[in-house]
Amino acid sequence: MFANCVDPDTLESLQWFACYLTTGKHMNLYWSVLTVLTLLGITAPVALAFGFAGASAARSALAPLRWIGKTYIAIVRGVPDIAFFLFFVIALDQAIEYLRHRVLCPEVLEPVRQGNDFVVCQAAKMPLGNAPQWVHESYGFAIAVLTFAIVYGAFAANVLFGAMRAVPQAQLETAAAYGMSTRQTFWRVLVPQMWVYALPGLSNLWMLLIKATPLLFLLGVEDVVYWARELGGTKTPRFTDYPHGDWRMWYFLALLVFYLCFTRVSEIVLEKVMARLTRGQATSGGEAQRRAAA
Amino acid sequence: MKTLILSTAALALTAGLAMADGHAKTIRMGTEGAYPPYNFLDDNGEVAGFEREVGDELCARAELTCEWVTNEWDSIIPNLVSGNYDVIIAGMSITDERDEVIDFSDAYTLPDPSAYLAAGEVDLSNAVLAAQSGTIQAAHISAMAGATLVEFATPEETVAAVKNGEADAVLADKSFLAPLAEADPDLQMLEQEELIGGGIGLGVRESDGELREKFNGAIQSMKDDGSLNELIKKWLPEAALF
Repeated sequence: MFANCVDPDTLESLQWFACYLTTGKHMNLYWSVLTVLTLLGITAPVALAFGFAGASAARSALAPLRWIGKTYIAIVRGVPDIAFFLFFVIALDQAIEYLRHRVLCPEVLEPVRQGNDFVVCQAAKMPLGNAPQWVHESYGFAIAVLTFAIVYGAFAANVLFGAMRAVPQAQLETAAAYGMSTRQTFWRVLVPQMWVYALPGLSNLWMLLIKATPLLFLLGVEDVVYWARELGGTKTPRFTDYPHGDWRMWYFLALLVFYLCFTRVSEIVLEKVMARLTRGQATSGGEAQRRAAA
Repeated sequence: MKTLILSTAALALTAGLAMADGHAKTIRMGTEGAYPPYNFLDDNGEVAGFEREVGDELCARAELTCEWVTNEWDSIIPNLVSGNYDVIIAGMSITDERDEVIDFSDAYTLPDPSAYLAAGEVDLSNAVLAAQSGTIQAAHISAMAGATLVEFATPEETVAAVKNGEADAVLADKSFLAPLAEADPDLQMLEQEELIGGGIGLGVRESDGELREKFNGAIQSMKDDGSLNELIKKWLPEAALF
């Protein structure tokens, strides 16, 4: 990156490190940090939406809707994450390609499964075989977000389902006494009050989600842990300008610090959110806030 | 996320219309990127090594457009058959077991002896030996009397296991171990070598006979004019020439 990096053997240690830490490969590591943060930023609200939909369905008065909500929660919560990730991603990818194959190439009559091979026509490939690599990566990333959102959405649904039931019955009865419809009670009384009960469970989920990002590599997205392992491995002088021994410990130490800092920041933010949500609530926390203010 | 999926889908669809006649199919080359000198990631994060140069030359000769992707060794065959890439070029020895699942091109290296790398004297009749899982070396050790096999997912970890004493020696392709022995005075190659494997070939789907023929033609032409031997001399000084 810097002009004086052309001959690293001659450099002093400080300059050597400046050059070493700015190689193209290290840039990939820094990018992967952004990838992980983006994934979390997109997945968390989507998973929350899945959870909200799941919880609302599970307590619906309509029996079929209720069954769908409860089945979603039970199945996804019950299957190990890794098994779900491996199965769902391959199945989803092949289902998309199969549908495109049927629509785009009706003239191809050979079966899609030939022995071990899954063969669809060129036009049905998703993404297309000749698409640039970044399209393949964005597609993989989108699949990853969807998978994470479905898995963590099921857990969030269970948390929200419990939180909805924790809202005092008297609040709902009062709403009914004021003449509110079921829908009005749900949106005006139940939903605003349930978050304070849901937050401890949701914050747990957020912490789990932060730590689950290395599972990304299972989905073909190169994440921080992959690059840390790759960069930390022993490098012999024949294959690199920056030979070094086994530095994986240092890279993993950096990862440890990164994840700990991230967790600490999350805790501080979540505490603030909790204080905001507690305000004016008929809970012990809300009561404590009222007394402190008085 | 919805917009991301939608825009990706829209992009893919428009790209599909533009290339509807399908004359220029891109061949995706899947490799591990962690097995120098065969394939590794260079300082810029690009795939490099013997197979990068062989692969690029083969694609040029077969008049194919190629793109390189990396994939973990463990799932390299399943991802080929489900169509995530079209060719495996990852130092994969041709074996009957693998041939049942995928097809191989002609070999582009002669069988390279496998060697042991150890931190001291090792009695092979009673040793803990490291190897990468799913390799011919792992299969060989598990058939050896008296030896205990410890498997690792990446080549790097097999060598690290010897350095930290978890294993007495590691069994791998000689060309992979030689530069490591050269760079680290604590590690030596044992005299004993094992002649296993049937040479390295490209892996393709069984339904992809046409592609295999194209690559076989290109490999043959590289053997005929000696350019393959030049690359072997450059990257695999320990290996035999055609």
